[in-house]
Amino acid sequence: MPDYTLRLRRYDPESGEAPHYEDFQVELDGHRSVLEAILQVRGDQDGSIGVRCSCRAAICGSCGVRTNGKAGLACHTHLEDAAKRSKDGENVIVVEPMGNMPVIKDLIVDMEEVHWKKIRRVTPWLVAKEPVPEREYIVPHEAMVDVTQTMACIQCGACVSDCLTMEMDPLFVGPAALAKAYRFVGDPRDAEQEQRLSDLAEDPHGMYDCTHCFQCIEACPKGVAPMSQIMRLRRRAGSDFHIDDRNNGHRHEMAFVKNIRKNGLLHEADLLPDSYGGKFHPRAVPELLSSLPVVLRALKTGKVTIKKALLHEHKASPEIKRIFDTVENREVRIEYNLYISGNEDDLADDPSDVGGEAPAATATATATVTEAVVVEEQIIETETEAVVIEETVIEETVVEEIPAPVAEAETDVDAPADSEPTEGDNQ
Amino acid sequence: MKVAYWPGCVSRGFTPELHGSMQAVAPLLDLELIEIDRGSCCGAGVIAEHNQELADTLNARTFALAAETPGELMMNICSTCQGAQSECQERLDASAEYRAEINTTLEAEGLAYEKGLVTNKNFLWLLVEEIGLENLTKKVKRPLTGLKVGPFYGCYIVRPTDRLGINDENPRDTYMEKVIEALGGEVIDYAGVHKCCGFPIITMNKKASLQMAGTHLADATDADADCLVVPCPLCHLNLDLQQPMAAGEIGRDLSMPVLHLPQLVGLALGLEPKELGLQRHVIKPTSVIDWTTAVVGSADGASSGW
Repeated sequence: MPDYTLRLRRYDPESGEAPHYEDFQVELDGHRSVLEAILQVRGDQDGSIGVRCSCRAAICGSCGVRTNGKAGLACHTHLEDAAKRSKDGENVIVVEPMGNMPVIKDLIVDMEEVHWKKIRRVTPWLVAKEPVPEREYIVPHEAMVDVTQTMACIQCGACVSDCLTMEMDPLFVGPAALAKAYRFVGDPRDAEQEQRLSDLAEDPHGMYDCTHCFQCIEACPKGVAPMSQIMRLRRRAGSDFHIDDRNNGHRHEMAFVKNIRKNGLLHEADLLPDSYGGKFHPRAVPELLSSLPVVLRALKTGKVTIKKALLHEHKASPEIKRIFDTVENREVRIEYNLYISGNEDDLADDPSDVGGEAPAATATATATVTEAVVVEEQIIETETEAVVIEETVIEETVVEEIPAPVAEAETDVDAPADSEPTEGDNQ
Repeated sequence: MKVAYWPGCVSRGFTPELHGSMQAVAPLLDLELIEIDRGSCCGAGVIAEHNQELADTLNARTFALAAETPGELMMNICSTCQGAQSECQERLDASAEYRAEINTTLEAEGLAYEKGLVTNKNFLWLLVEEIGLENLTKKVKRPLTGLKVGPFYGCYIVRPTDRLGINDENPRDTYMEKVIEALGGEVIDYAGVHKCCGFPIITMNKKASLQMAGTHLADATDADADCLVVPCPLCHLNLDLQQPMAAGEIGRDLSMPVLHLPQLVGLALGLEPKELGLQRHVIKPTSVIDWTTAVVGSADGASSGW
């Protein structure tokens, strides 16, 4: 059995001592979890080690830690996988509390101080549409499929821990809360979608503060891909509600798209002023003045010439313009969501594939979606012993492709579960 | 080997020295670059954010154009292109039905995306997986002895690991270190190696963006690096062009040269700094090159001046 060195970051604010690392030896198979190793050490060697955990099965979301630099659930991280990332020698696993949150003791962080405050920031409940129906809301089946991915979140905070924007801007609403926001923005029963979007677009630390670093996608143990949900929020805000935020988020997006439609390749000299609303926009003037030293440096080093900046060397071919026109003029945007529709190779290997047909592209809000759907909602307390309340609804309807708007394909989302829950994530 | 070459936009725009240095270094590596000259911008994540199908269609078109060349592979020189194109390719490869839909749009031009036809590799991946580190070392004429190089990857080429094929067999998130060593340099490890340069939010949250760039540059300085090397021109914009602003933002003097990957390879393979466009950087690589003798190395570089 391999021998692992567990290098734990110890910190007890009440002791008055500085944080330090302490080594413990554990003998466990590589396929056992980091959590098992921590608990073994706590049981056999040092009962004072602070760690939070409950279900030990990647459901409750309590045991988020960083192992060799990467955030995740301790119970969901194999020792051998963590050891591969070691920079401190063979079979050394450095276990630290999650980042971006204050440490309470050892591996326990203050989720309330950061994570839960941000979750509450996005109004994490449904604002019911009026009039409230006597029985239940009837919504299109595919609209619920659209929010399935965000529902897989177990609030472990791993994405918050590794968020690189939050590292620099602690006020950033952050990946978990924004994914939660999409849960309601994408829900047709919610009455305040536009207000939610406009609030998050106008906030200088809102949805346009995300830097596309993919850390949250990498950290999430449940495949929620918070960054993808942030992009969907932006898509809804910009394309469906035309929210012109003060952070230049939507303007930058539109300037970029216009730039490529015109030039085929990016013409940077136009992008900057256009992102601020055009060269003569009142907002653009101070921004462009502050960028002047950068532009002058670029000219001085010969990176760019005046001629190159003014002339558009590249012109988009008519073919590229045609693609823009074809796709942008569709009545509904087509999105292929891998989380929901999967990969045909994997599906071919899986005899339990219920649909049997090739998965269709999912279009936002309306049109074609099929397949088994797991709608899973979990509410988790942040106490040492987490409480999990789980509602699971399973639909196994296969809906034929029908033209939008979809009327027939309706699903009662409050229907009781009548079969065994299936795993919501794609681990 | 022949490759379908995708230079991207920025390497021909605000960092022309990247495209130039790649063209200069290619013959020394026996690479024949067949440029995909009708291709369009990968969308850099922004077009996908606006309309996913649009990004997928544009990139499917670029892949289809790459397949028409006699290149064995498609090669890019930009982390962002790699990431954005891999994302689109992942969706295109996932469903025959979706592929067919995209190809309907491409049909008018007589193009089609076919699954499994085009492998798209960043120059970094190609160096390690196709050219080989041993082979690379053999070609070195001017080893980077004593040069302390900090790698900076850029987010799009290291995450998400499964999409980018980063695994035990291909530990692509460690290739920069391997290449630096193969060229005779010394690898500097620092906190920012796999972090974000901040470029994507430069127009939305300039403060946070410059703090990111400044912090990584300062960390590399504290770790005693002579220079950074990047496989991504967008990272280069924030780390080099914006470096004076980043220094102002974090309140500390910074003077960290940032080299494009083909420039670092070119120097070791014996090319002259000017052929590689090193004079076009905002932060002059004085710590990398003694310009009077064009000797690469840090030992006396700092004192030689310009």
